[in-house]
Amino acid sequence: MTSLPSAPPARKLGLVIDLDTCVGCHACAVNCKEWNTGGHSAPLTDTDAYGMNPSGVWFNRIHSFEAGDGPAGRTVNFPRSCLHCDEADCVTVCPTGASYKRTEDGIVLVNPDTCIGCKLCSWACPYGAREYDEDEGVMKKCTLCVDRIENQNLPEEDRVPACVSTCPAHARHFGDLADPASAVSKLVAERGGFDLMPELGYRPVNKYLPPRPRAVLPAAPAAEAQEPGLPGFLGWVDRILSR
Amino acid sequence: MHPSTSVIFFTVASGAGYGLLAALALLAVIGLIVPGGGLPLLGLLLALGLITAGLLSSTLHLGHPERAWRAFSQWRSSWLSREGVASVATYLPAVLLAALFVRADVPRGLVVAVAVLAFAGAVATVVCTAMIYRSLKPIGAWHNRHTVPGYLIIGAATGFAVAYALFAGTGSSAAWVAGIGAIVALSAGFLQKRAYWRFLDTEDGPASPESATGLGGIGRVRLLDPPHTGPNFVMREMGYAVARRHAEALRRIVLVAGFVVPAWAIALGLGLAGGLAVGLGTVAAVSALLGAVVERWLFFAEARHTAMLYYGATRS
Repeated sequence: MTSLPSAPPARKLGLVIDLDTCVGCHACAVNCKEWNTGGHSAPLTDTDAYGMNPSGVWFNRIHSFEAGDGPAGRTVNFPRSCLHCDEADCVTVCPTGASYKRTEDGIVLVNPDTCIGCKLCSWACPYGAREYDEDEGVMKKCTLCVDRIENQNLPEEDRVPACVSTCPAHARHFGDLADPASAVSKLVAERGGFDLMPELGYRPVNKYLPPRPRAVLPAAPAAEAQEPGLPGFLGWVDRILSR
Repeated sequence: MHPSTSVIFFTVASGAGYGLLAALALLAVIGLIVPGGGLPLLGLLLALGLITAGLLSSTLHLGHPERAWRAFSQWRSSWLSREGVASVATYLPAVLLAALFVRADVPRGLVVAVAVLAFAGAVATVVCTAMIYRSLKPIGAWHNRHTVPGYLIIGAATGFAVAYALFAGTGSSAAWVAGIGAIVALSAGFLQKRAYWRFLDTEDGPASPESATGLGGIGRVRLLDPPHTGPNFVMREMGYAVARRHAEALRRIVLVAGFVVPAWAIALGLGLAGGLAVGLGTVAAVSALLGAVVERWLFFAEARHTAMLYYGATRS
């Protein structure tokens, strides 16, 4: 059923992405591809993988933006994946019921057995999060690693999305954003986490943390004033030689 | 947005088919269609042919056409599903109307009732088609009050132009009503498209690079490095951009071929009968359909999607 859950999900699982610490290494995207090409929506097919025009399905793409000009300007690495929106139009436009939002945790998924590949959901997503699999003829998207986060066969510390487990800068955090006491909710509150394109009203679950304000260093004092005179005999020699 | 050939053909063909169905239903309600005549039946079969060809064409761009039947299930939330349901539901009165046109001894009340249902079905289906686009918030060119009137008017203009071509040879009242209906719809189309393009040239888009990244507080935002060197699905699907110069030339073609030429051809043909009127009617119908194809191509090619803000677009 492609109607959204009638009551808001009790849990809202999602990601919090720290734009201050992301180093833009693409490790999250690579580990996402690696895990998910054998995961819930497997395979993530590629076309012309070793040719001149490789193209393929990825759930996670890492952009880099420049913001501001001059001394205030910043380079910001910007990972982008499905935001598992509360008001997910990609779900409601689906004519077959293949696209759905889970009532228990709000994760947005596609059933590959009933998707007709009309691509309308990708048009309805303002964030460009859905990618069509040309090879399989169905739409694919981030699953928030549903096959990891509840997987009893994995050690507990690995029960997080592949992108989160691999991030070397700890720029990605996973948790329940409906619970104000959760670590991710506290992080969002402390750091002023924000929604992407809030004006479109999709109410994304995933949040982004802004780059911290640049530390303002005290102006370097003049070199001479900074240099303390040498004490005693050495000071006398220094003063004589400095003449 | 990428102008997909199958979707352009689908929306133009089915729009004209439903327009023609509406025109014939209207003539039947007014009582201008003589029961047992060959022309109305030919017209209805042409309408059903256009609708069916369009619907079949729309399945061509699906990854799994064999699963298309599943699209009838989600009418509670999806305009695409509603369009599927409405299109299939409209076959019933349309086919029944065709059957009634064959016989000369049908009670008029029955013809009127079926024709009203066919007319309502045609309008409802075209509204559903337009609402598929109208409901997409990331696409400012579509998510506005111009989209539904645009689809209805062009469906009516092409459908009534074909209806006029059909009856032009007879010089009958049916030709007059179809012709005047076509001229009204074509004039409305001319004005509506100009108003839409004025809107398109002045709207700012639903989002900006600043709101898409949330970095506007720092300053102006622009892409430094894309995620990869080649294009991906999103860029191919949403990233189509038509050059401003080409768009202006194509807009003029739409206005001239889509509205001006057919309206004048019909105006000249009204009052005439026989071969010359049929010729003028055919010119009008073909020209209106070609104009509608260009209009629909532009509808897609000029539309911008917010996802491209992540790939270097400076506006949506």
